[in-house]
Amino acid sequence: MKHMNALTNLLEKKRQNLLSVYFTAGYPHKDSTTEIISSLQDAGVDFLEAGFPFSDPLADGPVIQQTSQQAITNGMTLDCLLLQIEKARAGITIPIVLMGYLNPVMQTGMENFCRKANKAGISGVIIPDLPPDQYEARYLDLFKSYDLHMIFLVTPETSEQRIRNIDRLGSGFIYAVSSSSTTGRQDSFSDRQKQYLRRLQKMNLRNPVITGFGIHSRNTLRTAWENSSGAIIGSAYLKALMREGSGQKAITQLFGQLGLAGPV
Amino acid sequence: MNYSVNKKGFYGEFGGAWIPEMLHSNIEQLACNYIDIMESEDFKQELDSMLKEYVGRPTPLSYAARLSEHTGARVFLKREDLCHTGSHKLNNVAGQILLAKRMDKRHIIAETGAGQHGVATATVCALMGLPCTIFMGRKDIARQQPNVMRMKMLGARVIPVSSGTCTLKDATNEAIRHWINNPSDTHYLIGSTIGPHPYPDIVARLQSVISLEIKEQLVQKEERDFPDHVIACVGGGSNAAGSFYHFLDDRRVKLTGAEAAGEGTGTGRTAASLLTGSPGIIHGCRTMLMQDDHGQIKGAHSISAGLDYPGIGPLHAHLHKSGRATYTAVTDSEALQAAMLLTRLEGIIPALESAHAVAALKKIKLLPHEIAVVTLSGRGDKDMDAYMEAIDGAGVEETKKIDQ
Repeated sequence: MKHMNALTNLLEKKRQNLLSVYFTAGYPHKDSTTEIISSLQDAGVDFLEAGFPFSDPLADGPVIQQTSQQAITNGMTLDCLLLQIEKARAGITIPIVLMGYLNPVMQTGMENFCRKANKAGISGVIIPDLPPDQYEARYLDLFKSYDLHMIFLVTPETSEQRIRNIDRLGSGFIYAVSSSSTTGRQDSFSDRQKQYLRRLQKMNLRNPVITGFGIHSRNTLRTAWENSSGAIIGSAYLKALMREGSGQKAITQLFGQLGLAGPV
Repeated sequence: MNYSVNKKGFYGEFGGAWIPEMLHSNIEQLACNYIDIMESEDFKQELDSMLKEYVGRPTPLSYAARLSEHTGARVFLKREDLCHTGSHKLNNVAGQILLAKRMDKRHIIAETGAGQHGVATATVCALMGLPCTIFMGRKDIARQQPNVMRMKMLGARVIPVSSGTCTLKDATNEAIRHWINNPSDTHYLIGSTIGPHPYPDIVARLQSVISLEIKEQLVQKEERDFPDHVIACVGGGSNAAGSFYHFLDDRRVKLTGAEAAGEGTGTGRTAASLLTGSPGIIHGCRTMLMQDDHGQIKGAHSISAGLDYPGIGPLHAHLHKSGRATYTAVTDSEALQAAMLLTRLEGIIPALESAHAVAALKKIKLLPHEIAVVTLSGRGDKDMDAYMEAIDGAGVEETKKIDQ
């Protein structure tokens, strides 16, 4: 029996108050992956973004830069992460999306990558430096044939025409970057940012919109939930992980910070 | 064969704009406007006058008699070291500032390695009264203090970069991040033919004045408008791109790029991206770069901070792959020897970067009647510590030979 893409499944059932957490694979230790995945799954997070580290993460702020550097030093690679997930597969029910830069993927080879990701039960991929036009020309058919969602970013500067094109090419969801910024930079959402999220909501896009960048508090989480289908948390979780050292303690602390008592 | 960039920003399989969405609107604005602006009459006039009155162009194309005798061909030196601020970098900065002004950008940011591009940027920003911020790796700040002081005196804010390898590639990352966070009023003034399209083309066009002048000067001196050889050093590749530009379609001209081999291409301590690298993506550009099997970009090594970059401009990756230009590796010690040679034969202390180009003269086959143009991209004041260390240390063979 062909198994259904777990993210497709999730998004068919749930289209509001979604919560996703990003973690840098290989941080704090090379073998932290399984503990982090199971603690996030047990806490009731809806889906995960597993970041594979890159030496030159140019869209990322200091937190993801530092965790990526540490992960590389720890020996984490894209292949290693896929293998870890494949091995832990029996215990994983939560959808997993891979996120990282294009260069490590190119060195593995895109087809090889898609095959391994599919085998590990990965639902989708976010590659911030792969532009939609290049994806369409080179890789779209490949991703379709391996049942992998390609998730694109949009920002407040992205034109309506470009958003429509991204909605047509991408699948799973649209990742709304809350402002034009690197990861982990903002304190609160301005009215302009709220208007931008509402504008996206009104466009009747094929894919749900989920908001990321700058979500770290009760307030920012509510704003993301009220104005889009969900929220993605990265730097705030990694900061908790830096302080606490274990996935279990980090998610408990993050939930406290977000005003979430227990499982969502 | 076409060596110009295509509409999508590619040179053959290299180039493009592999950038996160956060940079898209800035890059697109630049890509949609740069040709119209740069080809407009008023831009050309303003740039020409700035190059003449401020940069000090045209720079001489000097016949190097003693170096020619030593080399066994007729060697001419294109003296970019005589530009204001001491290198070819100012050609690009002058043009990009005028471009930024026409796009209503009020703040200039730039990356720098050795500090030459940082100084050039700070200089023109002082001239134009524009605030500027320069990103520079902590390691480079420590080894290039005089240039840091020049930038500060010129009024630039110098931001030390402590991420990654703390050198040029990380300074470039940090400049890009700053641009992502400050998109609307800022122009990112890239210093070489690297980065996402349209930067490699913008910088190559602005540096092409080098080969334009070589043509005109050869007509006056030799009654022909082409040399047999053009030789230039390549890090990101801007002075080489400018030196090759008007000869790319002229197959009579053999083009040679001198890459920094560092301690040797087989040692792992090298900056020879074309000769030791593989295709990948760095700073938004598909090109040849030095990386491990997992796609992590390696730190580069060269005695010359200006060539210390693990990638190379996409134009050069294309010229290399298509065979239009030949790239040769020059080690740290070969570059030091060549610097001493040029100093003693011609009374010119070259930048360590440019010394790589001089060293390449020995690596190519030259016939006695042939004309070889070597681009001296910069002067050597900033490298005196390295030169003194070499002279005081093991000694430099070339100097001993000449002194005898």
